[in-house]
Amino acid sequence: MVSSVPIKTEPMIVNIGPQHPSTHGVFRMRVTLDGERIINAEMVVGYLHRSMEKLAEERTWTQNIPFTDRMDYLAAMTGNLSYCHAVERLAGVEVPERAQYLRVIFAELQRIASHAMANGTFVNDCGAWQTPLLYMFREREKILDLFEMTCGARLTLNYMRIGGVAFDLPDEFMPQLRTLLDELPARMDEYDDLLIDNEILLMRSRDIGILSPELAMNASVSGPMLRGSGIAWDLRKADPYGVYDRMEFDIPVGYNGDCFDRFMVRMAEVRQSVRIIEQAVEQLPPGPYCADVPLNLRPPAGEVYSRIESPKGELGFYLVSDGGPTPFRFHVRSPSLMNLSALKEMVVGQTVSDAIVTLGSIDINVGEVDR
Amino acid sequence: MPAVTTILAGSLLAERISAAVPDSIEETAEEWVRVRPEKLLEVARFLHDDRDTDARYLIAVSGVDYYDHFEVVYHLASLSHNHELVLKVRADHEEPEVPSVTPVWLGAHLQEREIYDLLGIRFPGHPNLKRIFLWEGFPGYPLRKDFMNLPGGVRPGLQRFPKEDPDQWGGEFRAD
Repeated sequence: MVSSVPIKTEPMIVNIGPQHPSTHGVFRMRVTLDGERIINAEMVVGYLHRSMEKLAEERTWTQNIPFTDRMDYLAAMTGNLSYCHAVERLAGVEVPERAQYLRVIFAELQRIASHAMANGTFVNDCGAWQTPLLYMFREREKILDLFEMTCGARLTLNYMRIGGVAFDLPDEFMPQLRTLLDELPARMDEYDDLLIDNEILLMRSRDIGILSPELAMNASVSGPMLRGSGIAWDLRKADPYGVYDRMEFDIPVGYNGDCFDRFMVRMAEVRQSVRIIEQAVEQLPPGPYCADVPLNLRPPAGEVYSRIESPKGELGFYLVSDGGPTPFRFHVRSPSLMNLSALKEMVVGQTVSDAIVTLGSIDINVGEVDR
Repeated sequence: MPAVTTILAGSLLAERISAAVPDSIEETAEEWVRVRPEKLLEVARFLHDDRDTDARYLIAVSGVDYYDHFEVVYHLASLSHNHELVLKVRADHEEPEVPSVTPVWLGAHLQEREIYDLLGIRFPGHPNLKRIFLWEGFPGYPLRKDFMNLPGGVRPGLQRFPKEDPDQWGGEFRAD
């Protein structure tokens, strides 16, 4: 016989992280549980805080480029690009044509690498233990090889410079890039076959962590999260920087704003990036790869907010110059931090296992959250 | 939708704001408008709801220390009109306080906590204003220009990491 007397319960606090494989870095989610349901969630960050914004005020404009590698260490190219772009706008530096195209090629390669990592770990969180992740790592590895032969580094690249890029392409770069571009679409088809109809992935991610378009806009999320909620907003189209206005590509969007849609947007963006690289390689002009910029640059006093579409979302720099050799203020609008704004709204009402999938679909990078 | 994001001219923005919220503009520049702190929330509501401005997307909130005062800069955008507008607010250096815009844009929540943590500007009206990256009890605010010359010989950042929640552990924050 079922008793009609209600059982007295009390909420329980569970700390997910900071050392936990599903938090993608040192990130802690402090959830309050009522039975199995989450009734409150709070994020605790700061474990990786290095106070880059203060350190940057003590270093010259050029010396700050390596800091941007160490923000989003899975997408160092776009960090470099965003900062250099902001300083160029502040100082009025013209970037040579060839450098613009090289930047597009490397930024898109970095986007593929970052999305491969994001999707691999996301599927890992869903329960497809390690196999898809290692497949994704295979693609990422080839891109890192291309980076290594160009600038000597694989993760903290420090490749962009104010006014261009640091090195021209080595001779063996193009053949290897060609091979990669030829095999990538077939590989993506293979992943689609493996993952998109996969019952486990669908059951774990469909209708989980729904983010409505209104909330997405109000909470300032950007990148694949915003597009997964059905808002076709991509800075490469909306506010083209560099030579993106000469490229043809589409903006993939989701419909329901759930974890699966965000995953699908990333999968589709990889194909669009391949398209962009094909066009950039075709149009790549000869010429200088870096403008003549003094090492001790002194931009005129003023301020600029400049933004690009990084793999995680809108990465912007708000720079204030007082005419000196160092920035007066160096503020980063980091997409990973902003994408966490709606975390509580997304996970409340779910179980802990769904909250982990939701967090995986946001694709945070703690180096960029904390800076 | 225009092909490139345009920044709304300060004079145009000031005209629209002062028509809806009188007596709120302090200064107008080419690309930005500075409003009175006490009118900020009203102005923010207007910019968010007005159909011509349509600033429903908050891009970024940044704080700057200008030695004698603080400035909080709001970059707002309309995704439908594809324009950007810049709003500034000035805060006193001794007792910096700026009303929170989190009731209007949820996206301001984490950024205001960040500014409070690193610059020490208080945001009355914020639902959960506490330090985000550093721990409660950390001496000083690192992004202030005078951070490295704190009074009393405190050398910030060189203490050991304390217990996170002193109340819960029953211990005081100890800087040893």
